Amino acid sequence: MKYIEEFQDPDLARRLLDDIHATVTRPWALMEVCGGQTHTIIRHGIDQLLPEQVELIHGPGCPVCVTPLEVIDKALEIASRPDVIFCSFGDMLRVPGTGRDLFQVRSEGGDVRVVYSPLDALRIAQQNPKRQVVFFGIGFETTAPPNAMTVHQAKKLGIPNFSLLVSHVRVPPAIEAIMRSPSCRVQGFLAAGHVCSVMGVREYPELAARHRVPIVVTGFEPLDILEGVRRAVRQLERGEHTVDNAYARAVRPEGNPAALAMLEDVFEVTDRAWRGIGVIPDSGWRLSERYRDFDAEHRFSVTGINTLEPAECRSGEVLQGLLKPHECEAFGTLCTPRSPLGATMVSSEGACAAYYLYRRLELGTVPSAKAANPAVAAPTAASAPLEASPVV
Amino acid sequence: MCLAVPGRVLDIGEKDGTRMATVDFGGVQKEVCLEYLPDLQVGEYAIVHVGFALQRLDEESAKQTLELFAQLGMLQEEFGDPWEQAAAVGGDPWPFTDDPDLEPGPASEPAPALAAPQEEGRP
Ligand code: SF4
Repeated sequence: MKYIEEFQDPDLARRLLDDIHATVTRPWALMEVCGGQTHTIIRHGIDQLLPEQVELIHGPGCPVCVTPLEVIDKALEIASRPDVIFCSFGDMLRVPGTGRDLFQVRSEGGDVRVVYSPLDALRIAQQNPKRQVVFFGIGFETTAPPNAMTVHQAKKLGIPNFSLLVSHVRVPPAIEAIMRSPSCRVQGFLAAGHVCSVMGVREYPELAARHRVPIVVTGFEPLDILEGVRRAVRQLERGEHTVDNAYARAVRPEGNPAALAMLEDVFEVTDRAWRGIGVIPDSGWRLSERYRDFDAEHRFSVTGINTLEPAECRSGEVLQGLLKPHECEAFGTLCTPRSPLGATMVSSEGACAAYYLYRRLELGTVPSAKAANPAVAAPTAASAPLEASPVV
Repeated sequence: MCLAVPGRVLDIGEKDGTRMATVDFGGVQKEVCLEYLPDLQVGEYAIVHVGFALQRLDEESAKQTLELFAQLGMLQEEFGDPWEQAAAVGGDPWPFTDDPDLEPGPASEPAPALAAPQEEGRP
């Protein structure tokens, strides 16, 4: 248990880890659903602090990564039009479409703007009544309510030149799809805390019971992850499979009722394609009939899209937890953040990016070893008192 | 993008019939929509995602999280200049020379987060 001083509360981290080590008797595979959690895990080397028997599998929860190539290509096409101001969150700038990305569209003269909030895009529409303003609406249940509110506002204020290119995705159907896959090894889930801040936990008990899989709502900080793992492992060892909330400070069981009501008003559930995975039934949202006028796909007939996924990229398997990023042939050679083959290499929540940023040195020399995290090794290497902690 | 950052409400007002607040995130201030947490008060903390307050947070955990995020450079990632960050990832020249809206930062300034670990030890 090296490098534990890096944690905000090292004593608590040590107690949690001791408890996990003392509880585990058999191998268990847990999936952390959210890409933000993946980055925390890799950045802090949490997977290496855990007992050998506990494997963390990285899940599909990176909104940027799962946005289908076809939607990115549509975005690039719309953003290239001279009458359009295309607004997006900064994470999308480097995500490769077929042959280029939004950053390149901007350098070729397209009016691409980065906004902090979708409401900023609406404001740009108010200030530029003669131009079409399109906002790139991607993301999970956390981002969907802000985008829903923005479309609602556009309608309420009568802003005709605003529209949303929408590609929202939902977590529970993805969990369902993962559990149904014949190659699934996942025995417990660390559910994404901020998704649950909005949605509550009502969708999970049925999933947990049907698949006999513990689902622990988990936050994003290192100690949150340890606590989530601890609770999931406890359940597994006892043969339980319930929904447990380890992120109560930000998640109420009922979620956020106002946000849920707005989602219901503005969106309707639809099948959606996930990049690298394929179509998952009922796994997305689109604008409901009432708001169809604000749908960029209706407003701009984007045709002649010819998407081309790079054959080498195995991000679909990475996103389903079937492959670790460094096991991809192209990792770190053909594919780097500078010239990425897949979105998982450039997104700030992508699993390939996490491995590249925090672990590539070790991976280059000892591919499968539980090697130390270079990002934390230097300042704390001298203090590693708990190496001999019991592994039961 | 899934990152939601805790912030403290500094003042509350209305804009286009919508409840809005100025929220402080460890020094960076942003305008935040309160429609999903309508009873949030000045001085309280909330988890904020893309300009919307989504859930209340107690002061203690909010402060801890902010401190941790600051340490890890995550606030810089969230609130820093996204074009500069994207340029650094791709190794492109920055700033765009013809840009009227964006304030061009000095091109040589070290780009945050993603840039730093790339050069040393590329495989
Ligand atoms: S390393 Fe690159 S090519 Fe391989 S799966 Fe990840 S994004 Fe795709």
